[in-house]
Amino acid sequence: MNHPFQLEKVIEELKHFLPSQAPLKDFIHHNTLHAFQHDSFHKGLKKANAMFGYKTYLQLSEYRKLYHDGKINKAVIDRFIPTEDKAFWYACLLDKDYSEQINPRIGEFRANWKSQYKIDLDNYTHSTLFRITSSYLDQGISIWNFPIKDLGFLDAMRHMDANGSVSFFKKNRAKQWLANPSLKLEDCLQLLVGNESLYERYLFDQQFAHPGYSGMVSVLSGQANALIDERQIDLVEWMIFECLLEIDALDAYFGDIWIPLGVKVSAEISDLFAPVEMTELDEVKRIWQESYEWTYYNQVLNGLKEKSQVLESTPELQGIFCIDDRECSIRRYVEDGHPGVQTFGTAGFFGVEFYFQPSGSSFRTKVCPAPVTPKFLIKEVAHKNKLNQEMHFDARSYGLIFGWILTHTVGFWSGLKLALSIFKPSMNSVAVSSNGHMHADSTLIIENSDGAMTEDGLSIGFTVDEMTDRIQALLLSIGLNKEFAPLIYIVGHGSSSSNNTHYAGYDCGACSGRPGSVNARVMSFIGNHPVVRQKLKERGIDIPDSTQFVPVLHDTSRDEFMYYDLEKLTEQNKEKHHVNKRLFDQALDLNATERSRRFVVMNSKKAVKKVHENVKLRSVSLFEPRPELNHATNTLCIVGRRSFSRGLFLDRRSFLNSFDYQVDPEGKYLLGIMNAVAPVCGGINLEYYFSRVDNQKLGAGTKLPHNVMGLIGVANGIDGDFRTGLPSQMIEVHDPMRLLVIVEHFPQVVLKTIQTNPATYEWFQNSWVNLVVFHPQEKQFYVFENGDFKPYQVPNEPLLHVEDVMKFVTNEFENLPVVELNK
Amino acid sequence: MELTFKLIIHFFILLPLVSFTLSLLIPKKNEQALSVLAYTSVGLQFLVSILFAVQWMTHGYPEINLKEFSVYQTGNYDFYLDFYFDKVTLVYLILGSMLTFLITIYSRYYLHREEGYKRFFNTILFFFLGFIIIIFAGNIETMFIGWEVLGISSFLLIAFYRDRYLPVKNALKVFSVYRIGDVGLILAMWLSHHLWHENISFAKLHNAELVHEHIVQNSFVGLAIAFMFYISAAAKSAQLPFSSWLPRAMEGPTPSSAIFYGSLSVHIGAFLMLRTIHFWENQIIFKVFLIFSGLLTAVIATFISRVQSSIKSQIAYASIAQIGLIFIEIAMGWEIVALVHISGNAFLRTYQLLISPSVVSHKIREQFYHFKRKPSTIEDSWPKRFEYAFYILNLKEWNLDNLMYTILWNPLKKIGRNWKILNFKFVFYFIGFMIVSGLILIQFRDQLPEILRHQLPFFFAFSGFLIVVKAFTEKDSVRKSLTLIMLNHVAIAIAISFNEHYDFMHNFWYLSGIVLSWFVGLMLINYLRNREEWISLDQFYGHIYEHPKAAIIFLICCLGLAGFPITPSFVGEDLIFSHIHHDQIGLAFFTAMSLVINGLATVRIYARVFLGPHIKTYHEVAKRSS
Repeated sequence: MNHPFQLEKVIEELKHFLPSQAPLKDFIHHNTLHAFQHDSFHKGLKKANAMFGYKTYLQLSEYRKLYHDGKINKAVIDRFIPTEDKAFWYACLLDKDYSEQINPRIGEFRANWKSQYKIDLDNYTHSTLFRITSSYLDQGISIWNFPIKDLGFLDAMRHMDANGSVSFFKKNRAKQWLANPSLKLEDCLQLLVGNESLYERYLFDQQFAHPGYSGMVSVLSGQANALIDERQIDLVEWMIFECLLEIDALDAYFGDIWIPLGVKVSAEISDLFAPVEMTELDEVKRIWQESYEWTYYNQVLNGLKEKSQVLESTPELQGIFCIDDRECSIRRYVEDGHPGVQTFGTAGFFGVEFYFQPSGSSFRTKVCPAPVTPKFLIKEVAHKNKLNQEMHFDARSYGLIFGWILTHTVGFWSGLKLALSIFKPSMNSVAVSSNGHMHADSTLIIENSDGAMTEDGLSIGFTVDEMTDRIQALLLSIGLNKEFAPLIYIVGHGSSSSNNTHYAGYDCGACSGRPGSVNARVMSFIGNHPVVRQKLKERGIDIPDSTQFVPVLHDTSRDEFMYYDLEKLTEQNKEKHHVNKRLFDQALDLNATERSRRFVVMNSKKAVKKVHENVKLRSVSLFEPRPELNHATNTLCIVGRRSFSRGLFLDRRSFLNSFDYQVDPEGKYLLGIMNAVAPVCGGINLEYYFSRVDNQKLGAGTKLPHNVMGLIGVANGIDGDFRTGLPSQMIEVHDPMRLLVIVEHFPQVVLKTIQTNPATYEWFQNSWVNLVVFHPQEKQFYVFENGDFKPYQVPNEPLLHVEDVMKFVTNEFENLPVVELNK
Repeated sequence: MELTFKLIIHFFILLPLVSFTLSLLIPKKNEQALSVLAYTSVGLQFLVSILFAVQWMTHGYPEINLKEFSVYQTGNYDFYLDFYFDKVTLVYLILGSMLTFLITIYSRYYLHREEGYKRFFNTILFFFLGFIIIIFAGNIETMFIGWEVLGISSFLLIAFYRDRYLPVKNALKVFSVYRIGDVGLILAMWLSHHLWHENISFAKLHNAELVHEHIVQNSFVGLAIAFMFYISAAAKSAQLPFSSWLPRAMEGPTPSSAIFYGSLSVHIGAFLMLRTIHFWENQIIFKVFLIFSGLLTAVIATFISRVQSSIKSQIAYASIAQIGLIFIEIAMGWEIVALVHISGNAFLRTYQLLISPSVVSHKIREQFYHFKRKPSTIEDSWPKRFEYAFYILNLKEWNLDNLMYTILWNPLKKIGRNWKILNFKFVFYFIGFMIVSGLILIQFRDQLPEILRHQLPFFFAFSGFLIVVKAFTEKDSVRKSLTLIMLNHVAIAIAISFNEHYDFMHNFWYLSGIVLSWFVGLMLINYLRNREEWISLDQFYGHIYEHPKAAIIFLICCLGLAGFPITPSFVGEDLIFSHIHHDQIGLAFFTAMSLVINGLATVRIYARVFLGPHIKTYHEVAKRSS
């Protein structure tokens, strides 16, 4: 423990462990415990638990209940029992009493302020620190903004404290120290802690007392443009300020002289990073968790194995959907509508990566997966974006005089609006509409004819070659290289909701939390481009001239399709579209009804049209904290031909990525798919997992009391820390299971593919995501374990057949088993 | 017609009482029944109040005063329930029942699947009951019942998320402010007894001659009563210097914050001012003060609101500012103007709070199209030195939040801590000696020299005050703290017994509920001690997680011990005050302070033992800072 303090190293570690959640407008799902990903799953969970006190599994009593309810199979448990002595482990699993009390290492050292010094230090510093920080970062709530926004955080504080007649501090020392521009964090730590070997420990304890704010500052450090109204804040500077607040509180409480914490506390302080021991209880939880997961996985694999190949007739309608698990059921209903329907799944940015700049705005928003940095810009032109004015958010309503006028006028109008919003909810100016992203009538600049149009180093639109590359990659990766239907719908998705601070998490994850409408339009434009068609033909993909691509936006909370550019269809296709639209409408009604089974306050058994209407109302109701259930219950990701899973009822639990091993024997396109599946689907899945098992520390708790802070985060009340992770309303029906990726290909090809990218491989190697491969020739499953594929015998269970899917789904609130749907 | 009106007013009081009681009986699982009960009963209240209003107006707005039964009567002392109805009541009735009706429907969906669904509706109905009692109250005693109900239901609503630290801490904070408001009302009651020589009804205050006559004779007492009313009103309506509690009350689910702290609860102070307007309308000093303080609140709260970076606190301070203006309007005697302003402000802030989560998407989108790097505000044109200072002051809410600590609680803690030298054994022996000697001395009361007889009550009341301070600052033993609280009441009873001859039954009335509550509370703590490792008062334990039933019973005991209107002690409290002479300001003050701290100490015990983050961490427990 006696190592010198290295600031850079400690900061790096802190940033590594702190929550890395962006401001609300850019909310993107990620593995909450990404910091532990270089360990194997169970080891990482244990470490996170011992170090930071996170609850990382369900409670023992919950697993036992699942077992008694038949949700965990006895036969599966055997596979995970580590030793021969089965009876012993069964006794441990089922009956033995364990203390599940968590006593984390974090905070132990700083707890001595209270136990030894009898001062509740956080009580004096937290609310002041939070308040100043959120005022500094505020993006537009306060009317009188922070007076100095151009300087970095600490300089701004320094300037204000030195030049104003009221200080942030009570005593002189902190004030003088702040005035010194060469003040270092080490100076503060020396005064507070006094013992260099404990500096790191102190900083961890201090920052993890408010991980929300620390995480936000860490994310914004060095990334001024992460905010629309830019700010320069740096974690080190911010910690200096917090230390000064602490020094000031101690000075005020004890006078000028007090003994540094690290000097007074002589007892040995545990090492935060010391190795962890796996206990018997950890082993028991591991067995339970694995058995829980594999009980479900077996059901799915059994279904995939049992299912007979569907004979496909000539395609009359093709739809390319997002991989998103919410599209799982709508695809099923669209397919059910007509045997000539084929659907495909792929990441919902459809392989076109760019920034989008709406007309009338000087800002750009990225619409492709978060790790990608696009070189292209798509601009919306010739449309005047109209903004709804909302008097209730008007700054003047908080003023004294104008507020007086407003209370006498708008005030009574509010009473009426309140009543209307309760008895007759409607899309109003406070709701977020998925259509707002891009207006249906707008024109986009998509083609960059000679590659010369640029802006700020970004190319405005794509050249013909760039377009051809992109559509070729898209079509080949999903295995659609022949037999094109007359109409191919490219369906992006977004979500409308009301009173939803986490709205960005409801849109398309592959589009950085934006609706996928622009991407769908861009890709359709490319697909319909005659020169691109010509070039594609040269590359061996022959799309008939009669075939047209149609961009669509699926609103997942309302179950509505918004079609774009219909006027470009040929007369013949217009008629076909007319027929198709009826099919889609029917599918949307059914999909809404299936979804409604989870909304307990809604009666799913009414006529589907009626239920659909209620689902739509719900999406814009102010009082509805669950406009939809988003990714809840996601557990699977199937990468393979649709025929592999078509007709199987997966209860909206699966990401579906189309892929044909025959088109891609070497795994060239598979690499791209796996590179996206692991972080995107795996990230979504693990964020749901951790928010579910510890909704208080890793999730955001219930959203009902949330208060919006500075437009960048939510907190409880006005003095609370930022809440990271997902609110309980998003995860309450989620079963915490890891993602199972099922790939249809040869094991050796898959192995080679996933090993190509170390970042991707880590997910599989350390089992943060489970992987099974279906050998297309042997018709045999292989499971990925310890770096290799091993044959896996799926236990035979009879697969249920269901005739009436509506009856099947609307009778049950809980998760449904995997069944085969008969037509 | 008179009779119909009377019946309907009874209906207005009884309906919330019945629906609250019924809501306690519905099982937790039955979300449907709970919400239906809540919104139908409040909706019915709303409907009937509209119909009633029409009838009442066509009959020429008669002011109605109903003297109900006497709860206790002796000599010129008569504790009676009294109900009163006029246009102020009507506006508050319609406003309150309409908003509560809308919010219960709203919450029916919003709270769905939330842990504590039942608790939420119970508390809302309890709150509504308190609100209705206050607005219909015909005398201060009746109003005080509602006042207490409002206080305790606010505590429960703010601490709705009782497994987190901040809601519980803030609930205690708000409760302590409310408690200060209670002192105002208690002392106003006491002074009124002496001013009127009876328990005056609000209706009688309309007799301008009567009021004038009494006030001219006792102008100082009149002024003191007015100021006591003001303290109560200012505390409830978050006027300076109490303002900082309002944003901190916004810890519960958004709809409850919207309706109670956005609209109903926060306008109750204005109601009290309207209700007592005929009492103080001719006291110029008080009116000037009211205008001045309203103006000061309006200006300062506006500036605090301008620097808030959180949406709810911004709305809260904006609302406080408007209420400052409302106080001015009331002071000017513009009742109608004030009532219109109150209604508009209540609707506006409720709606603003309800849609507050939408502010993110709305403003971000707005900025996306119309972002201006530097929106200039008026403050930018000020000299920098002043601008910075003023900004920091507003950011720190003018230190209002700490004010209560620095001037009130910290000195009390010092007193309590310094008593540490005297260990418990000594304290108990001392109290024992005091009580025994007190009881003996009372027997020979008439033989005591005049000077002693005059000083002894003060001595005992002061000792009682010290005892309760000790209980309030106790950090270790729950049982000792509970016992000290009980003994505080005994000391007060003895003190008053010296004051004058009165029926021993008064003391019995007063102490019966308290001793019983103390005893049951003690048993519960013993029960808990046998099951849990260690309980002290030094931190929150959150034992409600495993012992919800014990927690409810203990809460009821605490309320009993604090003289809440569920035991006869409540009447006793008032009765005791009637025996304090009008020249015994010190005695009245310390008795009142005792009651205040007493309430705080008991609720503190409840919070420490049962609320807050659970000490056992086998399940999900929130970080303290969240």
